[in-house]
Amino acid sequence: MKVAIPTPLRSYTTGASAVVAHGTTLDEVLHDLDRQFPGIRFRVVDEQGRLRRHMRIFVDDDMVRDLATIVRDDHVVTLMQALSGGAGPADGGQRVDRSVRRYTNQ
Amino acid sequence: MVGAPGPVLLVGTRKGLFVVTGDDTRTAWEIGPPHFLGHIAQHAVVDPRDGRRLLLAASTGHLGPTVFHSDDLGRTWAEASRPPAFRAGDPLGRSVNSVFWLSPGHREQPGVWYAGGSPQGLFRSADGGDTWDPVDGWNDHPLWATWAEWPEQNTPDGSMLHSINIDPRDPDHLYIGLSSGGVFESTDGGSDWRPLNAGCEAAFMVELEPEFGHDPHCVRLHPLRPDRLYQQNHCGVYRMERAEGRWIRIGEQLPAEVGDIGFPIELHPRDPDTAWVFPMDGSDVWPRTSPDGRPAVYVTRDAGDTWTRGDTGLPDRAWFTVKRQAMTVDDEATVGVYFGTTSGEVWASRDEGNGWECIARHLPEIYSVELARPAPGASGTSGASGDPSSS
Repeated sequence: MKVAIPTPLRSYTTGASAVVAHGTTLDEVLHDLDRQFPGIRFRVVDEQGRLRRHMRIFVDDDMVRDLATIVRDDHVVTLMQALSGGAGPADGGQRVDRSVRRYTNQ
Repeated sequence: MVGAPGPVLLVGTRKGLFVVTGDDTRTAWEIGPPHFLGHIAQHAVVDPRDGRRLLLAASTGHLGPTVFHSDDLGRTWAEASRPPAFRAGDPLGRSVNSVFWLSPGHREQPGVWYAGGSPQGLFRSADGGDTWDPVDGWNDHPLWATWAEWPEQNTPDGSMLHSINIDPRDPDHLYIGLSSGGVFESTDGGSDWRPLNAGCEAAFMVELEPEFGHDPHCVRLHPLRPDRLYQQNHCGVYRMERAEGRWIRIGEQLPAEVGDIGFPIELHPRDPDTAWVFPMDGSDVWPRTSPDGRPAVYVTRDAGDTWTRGDTGLPDRAWFTVKRQAMTVDDEATVGVYFGTTSGEVWASRDEGNGWECIARHLPEIYSVELARPAPGASGTSGASGDPSSS
């Protein structure tokens, strides 16, 4: 599936803004990413397998934090950073959601 | 460019690492371009054992913490293959928020490094900082959560492990500092630990003489007199002769209007009786700026019995803070002293702390200043990058 890479992580993907990775869960996709681009996973997920506090992952338009989330090859997985002062639990991530739409349209 | 090679300063800032290179007269300085611009460059250290391996503890506001290494003073970098981390499945669920402190290991253990984290984990590398393992004897000590302020109190910079000191006579004899938690000692390579805080105040605690829970800001062991420790603590400046096992408050000899609160303490490379501190205002709500806004370094040359103020050339009034890793010394015949400020200035003294001049300004907030002694050929300050794959 397509995985969109935010600018802070493109040093791992030799500048690529999108790459292809495989897996049936988000966790498997992140491990596959790390196999291709060593080190990238630990910047996103901590040693206890938790998505880092200020990182966001979208599967298509849905923001998810559970790495056990099932994914399919026709999904687009988007990694991104939270916006300071932006979306939080109170607004359901809508502002981040808007920015990911812009992002995926690039 | 400056003349013949002189001191090299590694300046870690909130927005990246800067290498500041001096000539042999220490009068001309060149500031290189930023490395890892935008990263929080917490601490950068060149291995004094080979003059070549440079480690940088880095993170960003979003991405996880890591360590980068370079063998050419930052011309090329590689990221640690396995950065410092707690063990997966850790019973306390801990994860490293930042790598706060880096210390090269014992001279007879080339390639060994230690790292201190936030929260207060201790990590060890045996391959020059490329792969790291937890020091289980510390991280999994049955009293860790009691000693180490856990869960974290989320103070402004978090809880951290710092001041990793290794006895030059014995690689298994280690000291560490916890903010907060206190000073701890191991004599078996980190398998077991005990508090070492007798005599030290902890004014923020109810207990009068607690065994632990103190707030050392910076702890230094003198390499030529390794049974002597100095400590700049939240509650004053202290010295310990290890055989006595008790901290003696030597900061009370500082002027009362200045006080003895501060973050860094630095030692003379050849004289165990000489130490420098940078007092700050610890009154009221703890402004952490120089007392009365009049910055000065104080030096003792008699192990703390007397102190002398050094402020020639420093601003009459300034309101910056000097953090615990942001002061260092060189090893010239007349020792140079250097400090970096939260306002992004680096100040240098060529006369052991009496007179000062600003050698860099307009940098981001400075977290650390360390002297590097690069081996011949281990230089190359151009080509700065933030690309871990550039090597």
